[in-house]
Amino acid sequence: MPQQIHDRREVKALMDSGAQIVEVLPREEFEEDHLPGAIHLPLRKIESEARRRLDANRPIVVYCWDSA
Amino acid sequence: MDGKLDWLAAGLPTEGMNAERPRAGTVARGDVPTCRLDEPVGEVRERVRAARWDACVAVNDERVVLGLLREAELDRDGGEPIERAMRPGPSTFRPHVPIVEMARFMVAHDLPTSPITSSDGRLIGVLRREDAVRAADQLHDDEVRNKEETH
Repeated sequence: MPQQIHDRREVKALMDSGAQIVEVLPREEFEEDHLPGAIHLPLRKIESEARRRLDANRPIVVYCWDSA
Repeated sequence: MDGKLDWLAAGLPTEGMNAERPRAGTVARGDVPTCRLDEPVGEVRERVRAARWDACVAVNDERVVLGLLREAELDRDGGEPIERAMRPGPSTFRPHVPIVEMARFMVAHDLPTSPITSSDGRLIGVLRREDAVRAADQLHDDEVRNKEETH
């Protein structure tokens, strides 16, 4: 069930427990900076590639630039 | 977490091209003297001079930045409390800002020092203009050298 996470400590805890971290920003922005271990999956490719590239049996944290 | 910006602004580790480049948070000096609002200027001035600094940051118990004192403020009457002498609510910068951007800004605005804080206002350190300019120049030299070596 999707839920919003606002606390970066919660994100860190999920990372440490093996969650998949996904950045949806364009490639150039991903290559400049991304969270450790993040997978790059731009927004326009989520529908076509998420099932193939992500493990549905593990938590998935998706992030963008900010909450706006 | 409110996005990547929040993570960066907290000074947390990242991967990618910028992770290897100097930023405000990596060049800032963490040994800057700090003081409380109720301390007298004279006592703080002595402590700052003994530490061979020319700036001091007023913080609360959580290390949240409340004010900044440079030479002019530290030269004020020794009995005055920091709260009255300091520059309240100084402009602060986040640790993820690239050092080239910081150097340009500090030169353009003639800032000798800039407090670097996390997104919740806690002091990480103070960036000195000469350190920012030196790091930016070094980065430029390194990148020019790398380009020459690959050609």
